[in-house]
Amino acid sequence: MAETIKTDVLIIGAGPIGLFAVFELGLLDMKAHLVDILDKIGGQCAELYPEKPIYDIPGIPYVTGQGLVEALLAQIKPFGPAFHLGEMVERIERIGEPMFRITTDRGKFFEAKVVVIAAGGGSFQPKKPPIPGIEPYEGRSVFYAVRRMEDFRGKDILIVGGGDSAVDWTLNLAPIAKRLTLLHRRDAFRAAPDSVNKMHALVEEGKIDLLLGQVTALQGSGGALSGALIKRADGSSVTLACETMLPFFGLTMKLGPVAQWGIELREGELIPVDTASFETNEPGIFAVGDINWYPGKIKLILCGFHEAALMAQKAYHYVFPDKKLVFQYTTSSTSLQKKLGVS
Amino acid sequence: MVKITYIDSGGTARTVEGEVGSTVMETAIKNSVPEIEAECGGACACSTCHVYVEEGWKEKTGEPSPMEEDMLDFAFEVKPNSRLSCQIKVSEDLEGLVVRTPERQA
Repeated sequence: MAETIKTDVLIIGAGPIGLFAVFELGLLDMKAHLVDILDKIGGQCAELYPEKPIYDIPGIPYVTGQGLVEALLAQIKPFGPAFHLGEMVERIERIGEPMFRITTDRGKFFEAKVVVIAAGGGSFQPKKPPIPGIEPYEGRSVFYAVRRMEDFRGKDILIVGGGDSAVDWTLNLAPIAKRLTLLHRRDAFRAAPDSVNKMHALVEEGKIDLLLGQVTALQGSGGALSGALIKRADGSSVTLACETMLPFFGLTMKLGPVAQWGIELREGELIPVDTASFETNEPGIFAVGDINWYPGKIKLILCGFHEAALMAQKAYHYVFPDKKLVFQYTTSSTSLQKKLGVS
Repeated sequence: MVKITYIDSGGTARTVEGEVGSTVMETAIKNSVPEIEAECGGACACSTCHVYVEEGWKEKTGEPSPMEEDMLDFAFEVKPNSRLSCQIKVSEDLEGLVVRTPERQA
């Protein structure tokens, strides 16, 4: 069994609010680890709108999504947060009062006194194409990610999409596939030009097939795929024999396993919290940012920052039950300034 | 104000008023028009405000930009009249615009 990582606080989600939570916790001497399903830090700011402007961060008239993430990373550097990227928290079990055991989908274990859910709109997960009857094939012959290339050796593969994932996996899987077809709705690709050129070269050499159109139905039985019905750009239809399909349609936000953690939810998607501490109905589990709900809630980054500050005050009592918390300002407190490395 | 009609995948039409300068997506969200999610909030960073522009309106709404075309790759059942509604600006010219929403956005 993998080693258990012990920490004061486990933060689920490395978006702007998860990052600022590190700061507020750090000022009060609490160490944090962060888990995020994306392979990069910054949540929606980094994934959805890295170059888009944000105009409503107090004191900062203008900053891009990525700019804000970088500024937050600089701000929390003194507290040395540990990041676990490309991982999703699957389970949270209460093993003490309070003490939680947290398990990720990569089989990593954490023990933390406090859990902070800063999961925004939920976890980014692959978009599933609305092909009728696709469900029985998912995980058996239709895959939204490649975890092990070897699983695709000798297979008749259909890759769908026009971005980097679709084109890169076309290049990587072409040498080991029995046959590979790349299907895209139009003759222009978003993927890196160099990869697109390589892909076109493989088509010219007759090593792979390129087809323009969209999948409308699947054929097969018992989860085993035998073919895909494709509507070509010119309106004609064709059936393509294939045993594996890899659709790459980008990411969408789904609540994901949060619903299975035993926390009370509002309308199945938001976590109610009390506005004094942003704690959920489970003592020791907090929710901050877009994922929480309380009367008057609005989904703004600046509101999430405030929530993180109040959360840290209450979290302190779980992490240091015997210590008394004295409120201090970074402007004047030598002890806080020492923690920030400025004194 | 400009009248815009949204016809959902079940065939129900809803006519609402859009402010000049706002977008067809914003107008839908403001008026709780179903089948438009706008997950990214209008940054042209997702494809969950996909609509089909009704026959006869394509000239007035214009063609998608290359960035919008890239994003449309993530949409489902893309047709020649597919647009992202966050990229259609409401103007006086669009008085009476009709768009259809797809059954699924994501």
